Amino acid sequence: RFSSWGRRINSFSTAAAAIDEPIHPSIQIDHTQLLINGQFIDAASGRTFPTVDPRTGDVIARVAEGDLEDINRAVAAARKAFDEGPWPKMTAYVTSRIMLRFADLLEKHAGEVAKLETWDNGKPYEQAAKIEIPMVVRMFRYYAGWADKIHGFTVPADGQHHVQTLHEPYGVCGLIIPWNFPLLLYSWKVGPALACGNTVVLKTAEQTPLSAIYVSKLFHEAGLPPGVLNVVSGFGPTAGAALSSHMDVNKLSFTGSTATGKVVLALAAKSNLKPVTLELGGKSPFIVCKDADVDKAVELAHSALFFNQGQCCCAGSRTLVHESVYDEFVEKAKARALKRVVGDPFKTGIEQGPQIDNEQFKKILKYIRSGIESGATLESGGEQFGSKGYYIQPTVFSNVQDDMLIAKDEIFGPVQSISKFKDLEEVVQRANASSYGLAAGVFTQNIETANTLTRALRVGTVWINCYDIFDAAVPFGGFKMSGQGREKGIYGLSSYLQVKAVVTPLKNPAWL
Amino acid sequence: GKNSGRNGIGKRFSTAAALENLIVPPVQIAYTQNLIDGKFVDAASGKTFPTYDPRTGDVIANVAEGDAEDIDRAVAAARKAFDEGPWPKMTPYERSRIMLRFADLVEKHSEELAALETWNNGKPHEQAAKSELPMFIRLFHYYAGWADKIHGLTVPADGPHHVQTLHEPIGVAGQIIPWNFPLLMFAWKIGPALACGNTVVLKTAEQTPLTALYVAKLFHEAGLPPGVLNVVSGYGPTAGAALASHMDVDKVAFTGSTDTGKIVLELAAKSNLKPVTLELGGKSPFIICEDADVDKAVELAHFALFFNQGQCCCAGSRTFVHERVYDEFIEKAKARALRRVVGDPFRKGVEQGPQIDTEQFEKVLRYIRAGIESNATLECGGDRLGTKGYFVQPTVFSNVMDDMLIAQDEIFGPVQSILKFKDIDEVIRRANNTRYGLAAGVFTKSVETANTLTRALRAGTVWVNCFDVFDAAIPFGGYKMSGIGREKGIYSLHNYLQVKAVVTPLKNPAWL
Repeated sequence: RFSSWGRRINSFSTAAAAIDEPIHPSIQIDHTQLLINGQFIDAASGRTFPTVDPRTGDVIARVAEGDLEDINRAVAAARKAFDEGPWPKMTAYVTSRIMLRFADLLEKHAGEVAKLETWDNGKPYEQAAKIEIPMVVRMFRYYAGWADKIHGFTVPADGQHHVQTLHEPYGVCGLIIPWNFPLLLYSWKVGPALACGNTVVLKTAEQTPLSAIYVSKLFHEAGLPPGVLNVVSGFGPTAGAALSSHMDVNKLSFTGSTATGKVVLALAAKSNLKPVTLELGGKSPFIVCKDADVDKAVELAHSALFFNQGQCCCAGSRTLVHESVYDEFVEKAKARALKRVVGDPFKTGIEQGPQIDNEQFKKILKYIRSGIESGATLESGGEQFGSKGYYIQPTVFSNVQDDMLIAKDEIFGPVQSISKFKDLEEVVQRANASSYGLAAGVFTQNIETANTLTRALRVGTVWINCYDIFDAAVPFGGFKMSGQGREKGIYGLSSYLQVKAVVTPLKNPAWL
Repeated sequence: GKNSGRNGIGKRFSTAAALENLIVPPVQIAYTQNLIDGKFVDAASGKTFPTYDPRTGDVIANVAEGDAEDIDRAVAAARKAFDEGPWPKMTPYERSRIMLRFADLVEKHSEELAALETWNNGKPHEQAAKSELPMFIRLFHYYAGWADKIHGLTVPADGPHHVQTLHEPIGVAGQIIPWNFPLLMFAWKIGPALACGNTVVLKTAEQTPLTALYVAKLFHEAGLPPGVLNVVSGYGPTAGAALASHMDVDKVAFTGSTDTGKIVLELAAKSNLKPVTLELGGKSPFIICEDADVDKAVELAHFALFFNQGQCCCAGSRTFVHERVYDEFIEKAKARALRRVVGDPFRKGVEQGPQIDTEQFEKVLRYIRAGIESNATLECGGDRLGTKGYFVQPTVFSNVMDDMLIAQDEIFGPVQSILKFKDIDEVIRRANNTRYGLAAGVFTKSVETANTLTRALRAGTVWVNCFDVFDAAIPFGGYKMSGIGREKGIYSLHNYLQVKAVVTPLKNPAWL
């Protein structure tokens, strides 16, 4: 198995030319400070931290480093904007017009924003520009349309009372977003939070602080009143923990690793019992059934795992293939991985850029080594790609057993793990034998199989003969340790509303 | 006695002189043909009919007169657009973008549209420009936001079946709108119909054909595919009946008089059983309780009746006043009516323009005579104003009895009828003693009274201490002979969707 390494590395596409001269994105970085109460300001401490270009490890810019004091200021601004500002008293129609104006501005600046996102994250520019930014725009238009449609109920009573429910904003929402899809996750959280009339303190990931600052400025240009949306760059243990523990934050929403999610929930519990939405990690099964069109299954399974450098919470990271198509599948999956185009994300035609940073890069290489050591078959890849930055060769393991670390832990990198199964009951039981439960892919033409697997898999999303479909209205979130609550769609609203029951006695009611 | 005040009063009306030197409307009439399959075309017969300026009775323009053949062509275009065209297969997001672009175009042209609406209808220009056009734009924003939020359900079954409901567009919707609020009624109907993915044939009122053509053209500029929205001008007994009877129209929605509504429903039943929504007439009670602040009550009751020249289906046309405040109320209601500014709707400060046409004008005067002959007390008004056009003096009757014609029939003019009551149970009984049931106004400070009346009144809208509040999300429609179904808000979507249940057996379901 090891002897194929040397040959494999040389046969990766565009190995030589891809990473020699990183293309400069040709954009300015105008804003690196915190955005609090409608103004750009330095961190209280004056400190800054670097954000890095993952193609090279070079510093792109230094960004204000928010800490406890800055979180306090941001929360105070958000509190004032909620309690005294115009925002919650504006009609929802007016709010929605601001959100729509923001979407239009974002669309206008889409090119620059996509470049910023690519530069800071390493994802292919074409992906950022053609898929993600339009999705962000779409998401804000979607939630703008919900703003004026938040209905409560009138409720049948057991006695002579008139009962209704009001669905009210929580107040100040703390939002903590990750680095893998900075702007997309910005839209998944800021969209519904604002549509429901809340004010926000957003803490970005330290790896990717830039795009949120840029677009939040556009939001203010669109007419958002000061204090409604505050953006604090910084680190988890400092700014993130401060936000999670803050006594005056009414609601928290966190996307990130399961380990950090547990810390966030504990902090919320210990402080003021603020309700928490969590979108955490996953180890999602992609199940290829015996009737599968193998070529299509290979392509879909490949993108389910390798998309975004493998850095998706819902990556299809356990590829379970029926024994009758297993050998053909592995051959083709290996060939497909060998064809994957790795290189400078600013180049056209690139499918895979670098991993986000050194920490992730090293972690993935550790998992690859563990896969090799545990006796899985290394079909392709297995090492760093090139010598600069955080690129990793598209890596495929076959003959993966359920008890291997690479089958259990979330790797968050371009490492596909293929296992064999015999029948449906077995694969259901193995797919569900995970502390995670974020998503699953099912590849079959058979209605009965599709329906059976759909109900049996303990996951928040089942993609049948497709994967990573993220339309605005489709809810997303995890079972078990993959999270709590749902984002997107109508379900996303529940995270940002609380219910007030209102009860009045009726005298001589004409009916009950 | 009661009649002698007439001539003296007539001279004291405000701005009688304003009926001279009529302002020339600052707008050109560009579109007078039918709009079918994206093109402006003459009527099949080549015929045209005149549309008038109600300030003078002069002809503004001659408009294509649609009849059965034109309705056939329009329905064929709508059918083709639905069955084969891009519209139902566009993503809802794309449909919503077109609707939003349309709203923006209307906003851009709102001055011309307000002028055209005023010219053709006679309503005060300030009302059209500052209230109705913004409401129109707001409604299309509202409905654009619903387009991508049409949810069905997954449904619990009694056995091993997977069950879901799809909420599908109904197909070709025939819509017939009245002349009292031409643009607003366009929005109330077209908005939800298109948001739900249907195609439309719209038949406008013969009195007010112009603004629908103008905005429909803007809709095509916004990217609406041909055939999705077809506009036919014409008369009820010809074009309207043809649409209501058409075998290939899947749904009809009508707003107009109760008498015509009965015909529409009958034609729908006799043809293809197409589902029907009806918004018909009313004789809505406005109930002023003994704790009322009389000045505020007078103003609100005045507005509830006299708004839009009294030409509202939901006009508060039976003003019930508690005996304790009755005398004071009459005095003040009369004074308020005498102060009502009647004149050229294009003039600033004018509250009341002309009635829509000679037929309505004569009908209103007939009812006034009936009121006088039945011995109600004529407090003010009672005759036409000026010698040209269709202006009627703001008229107030007091001491009206329930059995008088003016207390039972819908007058649809500036004629307020004030009745006295003693207690709540009595007024409930009397308010409900009508075949209509569109709206009601309740004026009281008492929570208990408000709650009691709210539940007791058999009306589709109860306005408590307000009237004519028409926010986009508030459903509107009638009980009894005031109509069937609700428009606006989430409720209006039901009118334009049908429900398909989808059932598949489950084999080995993990849960039921």
